[in-house]
Amino acid sequence: MTLIALVGSLELGILYAIMALGVFISFRTLNTADLTVDGSFVLGAACSAVLTAAGYPLLGLLVGLLAGMGAGVLTALLTTKLKILPLLSSILVMLALYSVNLRVMGKANISLMNTPTVFNTLHLSFGDAAKFDATKLVVGLAFLLIVMTLLFLFLKTKVGFALRATGDNQHMVRACGIDTDRIQILGLALANGLVGLSGGLIAQYQKFTDVSMGTGMVVIGLASVIIGEAIFGTRPLLRRLCAVVLGSILYRLVIAFAFQLGMPATDLKLVSAVIVTIALSAGLLSKPLRKHYHAKDKGGAQNA
Amino acid sequence: MLKIQDITMIFGQGTINEKKALSHVTLTAEAGELITIIGGNGAGKSTLINCISGVCSPQSGKILIDGMDVTPLPEYKRSRYIGRVFQDPAQGTAADMTIEENLALAYGKNKPRGLHRGVAKKDTLLFKDKLAALNLGLEGRLKQKVGLLSGGQRQALTLLMATIAKPKLLLLDEHSAALDPLAAKQVLAMTARLVEEDHLCTLMVTHNMRDALTYGNRTIMMSEGQIVLNISGKEREGMTVEGLVQLFEKKVGTELNSDRMLL
Repeated sequence: MTLIALVGSLELGILYAIMALGVFISFRTLNTADLTVDGSFVLGAACSAVLTAAGYPLLGLLVGLLAGMGAGVLTALLTTKLKILPLLSSILVMLALYSVNLRVMGKANISLMNTPTVFNTLHLSFGDAAKFDATKLVVGLAFLLIVMTLLFLFLKTKVGFALRATGDNQHMVRACGIDTDRIQILGLALANGLVGLSGGLIAQYQKFTDVSMGTGMVVIGLASVIIGEAIFGTRPLLRRLCAVVLGSILYRLVIAFAFQLGMPATDLKLVSAVIVTIALSAGLLSKPLRKHYHAKDKGGAQNA
Repeated sequence: MLKIQDITMIFGQGTINEKKALSHVTLTAEAGELITIIGGNGAGKSTLINCISGVCSPQSGKILIDGMDVTPLPEYKRSRYIGRVFQDPAQGTAADMTIEENLALAYGKNKPRGLHRGVAKKDTLLFKDKLAALNLGLEGRLKQKVGLLSGGQRQALTLLMATIAKPKLLLLDEHSAALDPLAAKQVLAMTARLVEEDHLCTLMVTHNMRDALTYGNRTIMMSEGQIVLNISGKEREGMTVEGLVQLFEKKVGTELNSDRMLL
């Protein structure tokens, strides 16, 4: 793989890691599969693209974050107040967001060529400027580190505890005098806020926003979470957050490698789905194997 | 302390599956009193506990805690005054969080939950003391996940969590039923000690008649959504399991046919 392709994957992995952290909150912490992500990612991108085109790239990111939070709140309200199944609530919001995103963008796609973005407002280049421009990497990393630090500190607060416990055991949380409805609203707002921010960053990074760019985003987020946790571990909490980030980067590298080997770009979603299916069922699939090994061990011991 | 006034709870009202779980139940309990509740399957014991804790909302009647009408309050708001231990050891704790984090969640019941540090340093000392008093060696395992504990240990921890924020009322729904005999005995002894120390008003549902007579100072028996027997003082002291069965059969007019209760 060329250095440029490698750095490109790293940059994408870092930016998508913010989205993966959002999916981590809804999937692991709140224990729900939140498909709002597919819509809120584009919503964040759309807000960011429109405002960047108007000359406000930083404001675009902030609005993208807030809009994503709003989408999360909506899904949580459908679940908690209208008693619609969580999965269905998120599908409804995702569907509605498709139209909303078209309205925000005014057309199906926005190009940001020759427009200042957060990635080219400052210049950080090492040595010969044409050789290696680290601006994108540094800016992306800065956003990611801020998000990770705040998220880590938040999950260690009393409210953070309530959030983590709500996904674990709602009975216990209510018995501790906590309104689980409010915690779910807060959690999905936080999750989709991060997704919106990530979408906003991606819009400015690739200088192109398309209304259908969010399709399968939640699956990519899940892949990052599951791959990261499986390889880099889950304890303690800081390690787990780092694992999700590394999972996101690893996913991008794997995809880039597959492209290198000649995988057509059109197969990307199929491959993503297969990766997540294998990752989700890994525990189940490895059981018969493990049993098989144990049986062999025992048999061996008896024979010996 | 606790006043239950004429509550009726009907599940699936108006459907063919309509089930009257509680029928005009009235009960008063004072602070420091441990009332044991027995009765066959479907007698309404758990429904009574669930109505008090706010899991179910009765069709009619009132529930007062310390003179305050809690009937319109949702479950989580009532939890401020109520500590609960459930039958399933998994239900009372968050398995994926540490012992310390679980205790901190329960201890913060009556305090605002802002963006403060989840486990305050001074609280850790208190948690250690309280865990040491359980005599299970948990005081050295504060940072371990609750999922690693045995059923008995989890139930003891839940009991501690239920009482650590000094509730007015303690509700125990067959909290020793899922444990092995030794662990059940430990948890029950622990219950008796905590109730006495904190002078708590406690309702304890049990399927074990012997436990129902051994622990506490009043025993009520339920059948078909009603309280059919309410014994305390001298009458209760002289009571045996056989006597209780006979009394029940006389009151209800049918034979008691639940082996589970007699064991």
